[in-house]
Amino acid sequence: MRNIGWLRLPLLVTYVFLYVPLVVVVVMSFNGGKQPFSWGGFSTKWYGVLFEDTAVRQGLINTLIVAVGATVIATALGTLLAIGLSRFTRSALLEAYSLTPAIIPDLALAIGLLVLFSAIGMTLGLHSVLLAHVVFGMAFVAAVVTARLGQNDPSLEEASGDLGANALTTFFKITVPTLLPAIVAGALLVFTLSLDEFVIAFFTDGPATPTLPIVIYSMVRFGVTPEINALAALLLLVSFTVVIAAQRITKLTDAV
Amino acid sequence: MTNKPLVEIQSLSKSYGDVVALDDVSLSINENEFFALLGPSGCGKTTLLRVIAGFEEPDSGAVLLSGSNLLSLPPHKRPINLMFQSYALFPHLSVERNIAYGLQREKLPKEEIRARVDEVLGTVGLRDKAKSRPAQLSGGQRQRVALARAIVKRPRLLLLDEPLSALDRKVRAEMQLELKRLQHEVGITFVVVTHDQEEAMSMADRIAVMSLGQVLQIDTPIGMYQRPSSVFVADFIGTSNMFAGVAAIGGVDVPNIGLLPGKEAVPAVSGAAYLMVRPEDIQIVEGAGLLTGTVLETQFFGGASTIAVLVPGHEVPVVLTCQGSASVSRGAIAHLAWPAEKAVVLNR
Repeated sequence: MRNIGWLRLPLLVTYVFLYVPLVVVVVMSFNGGKQPFSWGGFSTKWYGVLFEDTAVRQGLINTLIVAVGATVIATALGTLLAIGLSRFTRSALLEAYSLTPAIIPDLALAIGLLVLFSAIGMTLGLHSVLLAHVVFGMAFVAAVVTARLGQNDPSLEEASGDLGANALTTFFKITVPTLLPAIVAGALLVFTLSLDEFVIAFFTDGPATPTLPIVIYSMVRFGVTPEINALAALLLLVSFTVVIAAQRITKLTDAV
Repeated sequence: MTNKPLVEIQSLSKSYGDVVALDDVSLSINENEFFALLGPSGCGKTTLLRVIAGFEEPDSGAVLLSGSNLLSLPPHKRPINLMFQSYALFPHLSVERNIAYGLQREKLPKEEIRARVDEVLGTVGLRDKAKSRPAQLSGGQRQRVALARAIVKRPRLLLLDEPLSALDRKVRAEMQLELKRLQHEVGITFVVVTHDQEEAMSMADRIAVMSLGQVLQIDTPIGMYQRPSSVFVADFIGTSNMFAGVAAIGGVDVPNIGLLPGKEAVPAVSGAAYLMVRPEDIQIVEGAGLLTGTVLETQFFGGASTIAVLVPGHEVPVVLTCQGSASVSRGAIAHLAWPAEKAVVLNR
C-alpha cells in the first residue's frame, strides 16, 4: 500500500475541513471570556448559564416532543409504506413519489404545508410541526426500508405461511424482525433530522411553542454569545451518540 | 408402497396473460410415493407446485387431498409443506428456532416442541448446529435445516422445489441418496420439482415429464427411459438415435435406408414417424446388420466407450455405447444392429 500513501494527504485535509469547525465550537464552549470568538481562560460557566436559560430549556422540551413523536409515527408509517409499495405495486413512479418529500427543497415543503394548514383552518403549534416532520421523516424511513426489502428473500413470508402462520403472525414474527436493522436506522435518521430541523419548523410552528432551532435563531439575531457554543457542543454530543448507537444496532442485528 | 391416491389433480389450468403455465393438467400421486415433476424451465412444474402449496390459484380445475377439496384452504391451513428453492430459512432465528417455528404455530406444548425438534435434528444429523444461525451454515447444512423444518410438521405431503440446485456437484450426489433415505424413514409423500433428469431418474418412484404446461408422460424411471411416448420425452431423458420415416408393419420405413425394425407403439402410430433407439441397445455385428457405416470417432470414458458411426443416407451420426474400450477404430466399416423390441416407434 506504500505507493498510494500520498492519498492520505487529501484524506487528512478532508477530515480537517469537516471537523475543525466542530472542534472550535466545543473548545470555545469552555471559553471563560465574554466574547464568543476570543479565548478568555477555561470555564464551564456558559453551561451553567445555558441550564438556567428557561427559553432554551423549553425549546429543548418542545424539540424533543416533536422529534420523538415524529420518529414514532414516521417510522411506523414509513415502514408500512415501503412494505405496501413492494408488495402491491411494480410502479417505479409511485415509489419515486413516496420519496419526494425527502428530496424536494425544505422551503417548498415548508411553504406548501403552511398554505395547506392555513387552508384547512388548522391552528399552528407543536402538533403542526410534528405533522410536518412526519411528512419528510416517513419518506426517509420508506427509502431505507425499501432498500432493505430488496435484499430480503421474498419466499421468507411464503415459508412462514406454509409453516402455518397467518398474515398477522408472519408480519410480526418474520417481516418486521428481518427489516429491523433498516427500521432502526430509519428511525434514528428521522430523530436526528427532526432534532435540528429549522426551515419547516419555522414556517409551521406557532409563536407560543418555539422549537430549539427557532430559539437559537432568535438568540443569534442579537449576536452570538458563548452560551450558543455550549448548546452546540451538547447537540453534537447527542447527535454523535445517536449515530454511533444506530451503527452498533444495525451491525448487531445484521450479524445475527 | 400402497397405490392409494393421496393427491388427485384434475384438469388444472392456469395462465398469466398470454402465457399458459398449466394446460389441463391431470395426475394423481400415491401415498408414500416419491414423485418427480420433470421438465425444462418454464414448463409449468413450479406453478403446479405452488398451486398445490396454495401460493397460486388456478384458473380452473381441482386438487383433492385424500378426496377432499384442497383449493378452498389457505396455505397456512393445508397439511402440506414446501421446501423452497432458496430454502427461505429465517435469518434472524437459530436453527432450532427455525425448526420450532411451524410447531409453535400449532400451539403445541413446549415440551413436545423441544422433543420433536431434537428428534428431527438427529434425523438430519445437525444436533451440534442447533444454536447456529443460518448464515453460519454450509449449503448442504442449510438444505438439511430447510428439510427438517418441513418434515417436523409431519405433513401429509412434502413439496420440494429444485431441492438440490443450490448445492455443488459432490454434495448434490450425497443429498440425492439422503433425500431418498429420509423419505423412506419418515414415510411422507414427496413431490420434487426438478429440471435435472438424472436427479429425477435416481430418486423418484414415478416421474411426470412436463412441457409447455402439459404433462406428456407419467411413468417409472425405467419405463420412461425404455418406452418414451413422445420424441420430447425420448430426447429429454437420456440420449437417443432418431430415424425419421413412415410407420410400417414391424418398424419404420426410412428413406434411403429401408425398413428399420422397432416395436409397434400402443396405440399404433401411422403416417410420419420416428424410430428411436438408445445407444446401449445398438451392437456392432459381424456380417450384414441393419445399418452399415464408417466409424467417425470413438471416445473412451473409462468404464464405457461411445462410438459415432456415419451411415450414408442419415444426416447425423448414429451413436452407440459399449462396455470397456471400443472394438473398432476410426475409419473402419461397422455393421450395426439392434433387437426389434428395443426400438420404439414414435409419432413425428
